[in-house]
Amino acid sequence: MAAKLRAPGFYRAGAMMVGGFVFAALLTWLVRMATGHATYRHFLAWEAVVTVALLAVPIAFLVGIGGFDYWFYWAAGRPTRPEDHSGHGAYSWKDYFRVNTDHKVIGIQYLVNSFVFLLVGGLLAMLMRAQLAQPGSHFVDANTYNGLFSVHATLLIFLFMVPVFAGIGNFVIPLMIGAPDMAFPRLNALSFWLLPVAGAIMLLSFLAPGGAFADGWTAYTPLSINEPIGQTFFSVGVQFAGASSIMTALNFLVTIITMRAPGMSFFRLPLLVWANFATSLLVVIATPFIAASQFFVLLDRALGFNFFNAAKGGDVLMYQHVFWFYSHPAVYIMILPGFGIISEVLAVKSRKPIFGYRMMAFSLLAIVGLGFTVWAHHMFTSGMAAWVRIPMAITTVIIAVPTGIKVFSWLATLWRGVLNLDTPMLFALGFITTFTLGGISGIMLAMVPFDIHVSASYFIVAHIHYVLFGGSLMTIFAGVYYWFPKMTGRMFDERLGKWHFWTTFIFMNLTFGPMHLIGLQGMPRRVATYAAQFADWNLFISIASFGLGLSTLIFVYNIVTSWRGGPHAVSNPWRALTLEWQVSSPPPVFNFDRVPTVVGSPYEYGVPGAVHGILEPAPATVGAGSGSSMVRAPSE
Amino acid sequence: MPSRRSIVGTIVAAIIATGIGIALSYAIHWFPVQASTQARNTDLLYHVLVIASVPIFVVVVTVVLFSVWQFRMKPGEELKDGAPIHGNTRLEFIWTALPTVLVLGLVGYSFVILHDNEKKPAREIQIGVTGQQFYWSYQYPPSVTGGAPINSYKLYLPDNESVEFNMRSKDVIHAFWIPAFRLQEDVVPGITTHYRATPDRLGSYPVVCNLLCGVGHSLMRSTVHVVTPAQFRAWIRSQLATASSGSADATGGGSSG
Repeated sequence: MAAKLRAPGFYRAGAMMVGGFVFAALLTWLVRMATGHATYRHFLAWEAVVTVALLAVPIAFLVGIGGFDYWFYWAAGRPTRPEDHSGHGAYSWKDYFRVNTDHKVIGIQYLVNSFVFLLVGGLLAMLMRAQLAQPGSHFVDANTYNGLFSVHATLLIFLFMVPVFAGIGNFVIPLMIGAPDMAFPRLNALSFWLLPVAGAIMLLSFLAPGGAFADGWTAYTPLSINEPIGQTFFSVGVQFAGASSIMTALNFLVTIITMRAPGMSFFRLPLLVWANFATSLLVVIATPFIAASQFFVLLDRALGFNFFNAAKGGDVLMYQHVFWFYSHPAVYIMILPGFGIISEVLAVKSRKPIFGYRMMAFSLLAIVGLGFTVWAHHMFTSGMAAWVRIPMAITTVIIAVPTGIKVFSWLATLWRGVLNLDTPMLFALGFITTFTLGGISGIMLAMVPFDIHVSASYFIVAHIHYVLFGGSLMTIFAGVYYWFPKMTGRMFDERLGKWHFWTTFIFMNLTFGPMHLIGLQGMPRRVATYAAQFADWNLFISIASFGLGLSTLIFVYNIVTSWRGGPHAVSNPWRALTLEWQVSSPPPVFNFDRVPTVVGSPYEYGVPGAVHGILEPAPATVGAGSGSSMVRAPSE
Repeated sequence: MPSRRSIVGTIVAAIIATGIGIALSYAIHWFPVQASTQARNTDLLYHVLVIASVPIFVVVVTVVLFSVWQFRMKPGEELKDGAPIHGNTRLEFIWTALPTVLVLGLVGYSFVILHDNEKKPAREIQIGVTGQQFYWSYQYPPSVTGGAPINSYKLYLPDNESVEFNMRSKDVIHAFWIPAFRLQEDVVPGITTHYRATPDRLGSYPVVCNLLCGVGHSLMRSTVHVVTPAQFRAWIRSQLATASSGSADATGGGSSG
């Protein structure tokens, strides 16, 4: 037992968590005693204890599980374990439950963790739709309902959308650029373990007295300052999820910049890598702002700083500016990696080079730049200075142009291809149509007079779900099916995959389509009940949403059974050119036996004799640029 | 290459689909009744946006469906590749420039509508709006009542007269939304926010709190009554009388009108 408590793992983590809680209790007790609260009644000022414990216990868990071991050993001057890669690879399911430095294991950890939270978040949505099936329903009370949609949005944004793309990127990017791993494997492991911590904090808020945080995922002040203790779970949970995001983004940036195989110039990078490069820039610059916004809230709540207390000189609207300065770029964080996935799937499944490769890459960078200039379009009716609406509306419509370039380029990629309409391709094509609808309603929302009417109505709910469900989630499904053979070494069931696509596509439109209409008609969002005039559509939407929920079970069944017993996958079932398909499925522990050499574009489908990468050691003359029978210049 | 006939047929089908889409956009009752001049402007803007959007959506869907129809992998083509087309600078320039012009035109038009909706008229009345968890109250200043100020839970507005709402919050942020007017603005503690409306249709319409303000948010509704100027003056007189008699509470009674 003592040995177990000393070795990194769950036993030590449990012990450390108890220690973390005791530390929180002692610290608050000492501080309160020192500031004149030294009566026995204040000994257990449990709100203060919980607030400190929310920070201390998760950190104690991360220490216990072994996330910091290497650095502690190094800092203490004790012998560090040299990186012998003993932490690489997973040989049983138990290996996924420990700190592992292999990017492929971490990628799977990320993905499984994210999909668990997708199911939890989806389940919360089902409960919400049960409540909304009828006006005046008492399925849950109003406070619980407010908690349901707040946790729903928070989990799906911070524990699903953002990390699931990091999971796919984690698995695929090092393979795609010909690297043995990420640049910082230990940081990679730590950034994964922050996520279940953040998710647990969010979910545990349901057990807090007064219920879960119930101020939406936007947590607008001053309401969030006055809410019960559940709100603190949000403020703290976001810190852990945000820290994870930032670490992974830094890791991606350094990996992509420094670890590309010889010959892999930036304009030979597959677009998934470009997309994650762009996304990581957004994450690194923007995420500190939401961290700041929630630290403000935390300080207001716990210590009475009055940042947002108008009566004490606080500025209520400041919160919204800081919050949206992250949360608008965040919608690109939640879609750009999906753009990358679609580019991979469409090129391979159309058997054609991606149309306008350079414009595809530049438009990603344009979105990164413009993404920081549009945040106040979430605030057209907030009471901010009226003139700000004008420039923000203009930048908002302009950011649609690079997005439009991508859609048109994907369409042109289909032209004169040989389209293999299997499951990943269906999701990619479905994505193009539903995402276009979400993009169009987005342009409408940039129009200030129209936005003044529908802001914060169900029209917004429809728009965000067309973008995040019809957009991002479709790309995630496309990507998970596409790389499933590589990740697991098994093939998925194609027939179930098609069923999954069609049920998702149909029920998604039936669920979120009518929300546009009831929003225009005047139904506000975030309401536990509504006027009788919206009853018919809400019943319809609820029934459709249950269908949508069930369609997800097809996916889960397919993935679980195929992973356990699907037919073995060959290394390159899609005949793709990118490097990850040139190694076995699943890839060897160190990815490549020899560092590959890249000699051409990743998308030269249909070009006779085109080569992207050479896995054999390249002839010494390649670097000097002289001819070799294996090397073909990319035709432009 | 796909046959000329299939391309021409598809273009015809797309044009028909665009026509049907635009016709449908007129057939659907998107909005609640229009009860303000601003509502007429905003609805017109919406219809222009829909008419501009339908062809774009049709083009995208048509290309997807046409490609699925014409370019899908047929049996025996499992190892075939598509045409190695890498790009087309002219085409890429067109689909960058055209959408830019289109969206800038639309946003410019929206600014015209915005300016029109927010223009200060020669004459307008001022009414105070107070939001608090979880109800609205309305303040009629002496300039409107011609006597003492009135505080009421009921919102009466004279028809065809511009009104500026001056909105304050006592606790958290609310949003004062009148869907029939197509107007809303947040009601923010610490500052006074404003918008103006010109009601132009008699009747009673919902007032909705449109920003999550706590556990009672979904029931924070009220009603706006647009009445003739004569009825409005009569209502003000009755409120003044109630207030001066001092019998009933001066607030006009009733929780949410």
